[in-house]
Amino acid sequence: MKASTSVAITAAVLVAGFALCALQFPNIASTRVVANLLTDNAFLGIVAAGMTFVIISGGIDLSVGSVIGFTTVFVALAVERWGIPPFAAFALVLVLCALFGAAMGAVIHVFDLPPFIVTLAGMFLARGISFLLSTESIPITAPIYSAVSDFAIRLPGGGRLTAIAIAMLAILVLSALLLHLTRFGANVYALGGSRTATALMGIPVGSMTIRIYMLSSVLAGLAGIVFSFYTAAGYSLSAVGVELDTIAAVVIGGTLLTGGQGSVIGTFLGVLIQGMIQTYINFDGTLSSWWTKIATGVLLFVFIALQQGLMALARRSSVKPAGVKPVGVST
Amino acid sequence: MTLRIPRRGLAQAFALIVILMIDRAVSPQFFNLHLQDGRLFGSVIDVLNRGTPVALLSLGMVLVIATGGIDLSVGAVMAIAGATAASLADTHSLPVVIGSALAVGLACGLWNGILVAVLRIQPIVATLILMVAGRGIAQLITEGRIVTFTSPDLVWMGNGAVLGLPTPIVIAIGMLLLTGAVVRGTALGLLIEATGGNARASELSGVGTRAMILSVYVWCGICAALAGVIAAADIMGADANNAGLWLELDAILAVVIGGTSLFGGRFSLVLAVAGALIIQAMNTGILLSGYPPELNLLVKAVVVLAVLLAQSPRLGDLSRFTARWRRSKP
Repeated sequence: MKASTSVAITAAVLVAGFALCALQFPNIASTRVVANLLTDNAFLGIVAAGMTFVIISGGIDLSVGSVIGFTTVFVALAVERWGIPPFAAFALVLVLCALFGAAMGAVIHVFDLPPFIVTLAGMFLARGISFLLSTESIPITAPIYSAVSDFAIRLPGGGRLTAIAIAMLAILVLSALLLHLTRFGANVYALGGSRTATALMGIPVGSMTIRIYMLSSVLAGLAGIVFSFYTAAGYSLSAVGVELDTIAAVVIGGTLLTGGQGSVIGTFLGVLIQGMIQTYINFDGTLSSWWTKIATGVLLFVFIALQQGLMALARRSSVKPAGVKPVGVST
Repeated sequence: MTLRIPRRGLAQAFALIVILMIDRAVSPQFFNLHLQDGRLFGSVIDVLNRGTPVALLSLGMVLVIATGGIDLSVGAVMAIAGATAASLADTHSLPVVIGSALAVGLACGLWNGILVAVLRIQPIVATLILMVAGRGIAQLITEGRIVTFTSPDLVWMGNGAVLGLPTPIVIAIGMLLLTGAVVRGTALGLLIEATGGNARASELSGVGTRAMILSVYVWCGICAALAGVIAAADIMGADANNAGLWLELDAILAVVIGGTSLFGGRFSLVLAVAGALIIQAMNTGILLSGYPPELNLLVKAVVVLAVLLAQSPRLGDLSRFTARWRRSKP
């Protein structure tokens, strides 16, 4: 009930915002702009899907931006310098990402450390390794790259639904199915609700934690591959700060940062809202790009305040357990 | 209590000495000092000087973390305060410039504090808002340019010297003494630790936990603003995009290296500053050794992991384990 309310509010904001944009710039309401929006934010959507799992389980993953950077550099080097066929390079990099995520999850679980600081170390590590691999931007000239960027489904109205946009939509659908329809997904929610209770129910908390961070890193790796298609290059400084955009998109999408509640569709709407702000600022032309950051910050605040208000309402309406009052500081 | 601090400080002191010795091995002139134009020069002074912004940030951050919170916005606050100082520097006197920059930091801290203490938003999220929006605000102030200034007064803040020591070092020492006097000279530090240890129990025993939380975020904002002014004075300009970029992570790292638990409940100002110096000594060492600076991040990652594992409840001493266990999520 509450979860669907949050998603409904996010959807309403998206529709209202889009209507306002379209009112001012009628050209925004075209398949061309919308398809471009999907293409531009494809990698963000993919990585945000993984982050949704992590945040619902009560964790956070700060390493995703660095993993994207690492993936682009690794793929570029593998394809251009080491002569590995592109698809083998993709498989290899995804295996590396999976191992990386599993290692972070294992450290979090085995040593009982806060995910925030472990993934912070992961962020330094992945960025550091990509710096060591190469500090220059490596263009990728493999034929598959031009083939993929040429491929697009033509939409009525001149829009081009590109391959990477399709990839994002497919991954979002698969993630939504995984989260909402499988036992794994149910366990993710359970973990976010209460770790102790989950463990007592007999769910293997350790392997769940490892698998969740593995999923996040693999999706970040996929996002990195998509990013390398998007820019046709590998660069160790790419996707700096993307972890913040991702967390913002997930929160705007109605996922609780305390865990236990959220949805992939909400995250998708959150990504679209961020993309819409960017598109509006591009159309306006007089506004500078830093307004994107301010607008995202304001939206973040509004949504968090909203969540807080909804939760307070829910607390008031439900029967209070005797003697236990949630203290807000660390919740 | 009297025994705890020296024992806790041992690992950090040892780490700092080892890193300084490695630096010495890498660069034989590391400990050489010479006086020129009334200012000391040398690699050690350089470590102290470059470490100042992170040391100042960690002074505020350590109090926030002691209450069980975290402040991700300090880098952005640095950028805002630096932008404020730089745009006022050539038209106003130094007290006005610093006053306004600190006032901006106070306002940012107040915003974070209200979100956490009054609206009861999770600290990571509450401060994420300003972290995302803050650089936008800083760019609004500088109108997207890199604002440069020539005011000798403000330049002195970054490049001057007091009794031979570079001004930033003197400011950092002053802030350390001031913060130490306020929180350890009074019961304030204990109350902050109580708030972090168990907010509800503290509130029931009469501690004004809201006021405590609010004031640590305000103090963190002020420290960040001061760091921002020094960073701007150092390069004689304000760069809204890059000033203080990722320094929030270094500050958190410094606090963690300083042995302060991220779960709150206890802290040490001196060790947090020592943590900042350890980070800077590593950075300087890598630069001096001629290895690519890209190694910095890798070394940092390894250090974080090592410190975390050393602090890990599973590996750590039993008392820390039980303290953590008592506080673990219901």
